[in-house]
Amino acid sequence: MSEGDIETRVRKKVVEHLGVEEEKVTENASFIDDLGADSLDTVELVMAFEEEFGIEIPDDAAETIQTFGDAVSYIKQAT
Amino acid sequence: MAGLMAGKRGLIMGLANDKSIAWGIAKALAAEGAELAFSYQGEALKKRVGPLAGQLGSDFMVECNVAEMDSLDALFAEVGSRWGTIDFVVHAIGFSDKSELRGRYVDTSQENFRMSLDISCYSFTAVMQRAEKLMEKGGSALTLTYYGSERVMPHYNVMGVAKAALEASVRYMAEDLGRDGIRVNAISAGTIKTLAASGIGDFRYIMKWNEYNSPLRRSVTQDEVGKAALFLLSDLGSAVTGEVMHVDAGYHVIGMKNPDAPDITKD
Repeated sequence: MSEGDIETRVRKKVVEHLGVEEEKVTENASFIDDLGADSLDTVELVMAFEEEFGIEIPDDAAETIQTFGDAVSYIKQAT
Repeated sequence: MAGLMAGKRGLIMGLANDKSIAWGIAKALAAEGAELAFSYQGEALKKRVGPLAGQLGSDFMVECNVAEMDSLDALFAEVGSRWGTIDFVVHAIGFSDKSELRGRYVDTSQENFRMSLDISCYSFTAVMQRAEKLMEKGGSALTLTYYGSERVMPHYNVMGVAKAALEASVRYMAEDLGRDGIRVNAISAGTIKTLAASGIGDFRYIMKWNEYNSPLRRSVTQDEVGKAALFLLSDLGSAVTGEVMHVDAGYHVIGMKNPDAPDITKD
């Protein structure tokens, strides 16, 4: 899987789940502070990433995933 | 032809999102003509339950914290004033401190033990104390449990103990309420990736193991639990009470690993 491919798929999931515009999902966009996620959204997003990429994201790792960039880099090293 | 639940009204407690087992149940009941009310706890859940309830033609949502008896009183007062009577209740609620859904059961704190048993077991009893009064013509109640109550499952810990207590309470309430035509049952669902399951350690591994080793060689879906719930909550299950029905692709009859199943590791 190419790195750009991962980024596109993560962005698509974020857009779908949070109902935000694609342009707002930038490298440093925080799910909670910039994209309007609540605490359950962050859990649901992690579940959506797990399903999309067939990986398990343990809790301690999930807690470090605060921004779009965090999600992409975690998934890149996990796949 | 009128649906199996035509003319029946009931309360769904514990819907969180479209991955919830309660969602599979609510859909199955609504498809057969049931009229549904939903209880939720807190704004984050309200935001999710609202649109789902709407999809099933319901605008009846009441906030309720099942740990507070006043909150339960208010919920049933509201259901009573709008509907007068109800025919069924679905209790899909459990809680434990996530930090204790890993490691050893023996290390469970008193505080979390009390909270887990209170929310995951006692709340169903407290619900039935109130629901009983609205079930003048009889009714059917359903709660959700898991096989971790019967056998040790990794990381399930105090929830296994709470679910064992919940299943025992199903049997006692079946006896107490049976003379009034109220049936009380539980579904022991196989592993399903829900919001609640995301709190359980190594869940993906557990799920895979179940898929490889259950007689049906697969996991189960929310909709399949919904179909079993429809049986128990409708007239199809009219002589069934005190039952813990396994909807788990048969996993509960298995004694050891299927020799043909691949050896799997955690990651």
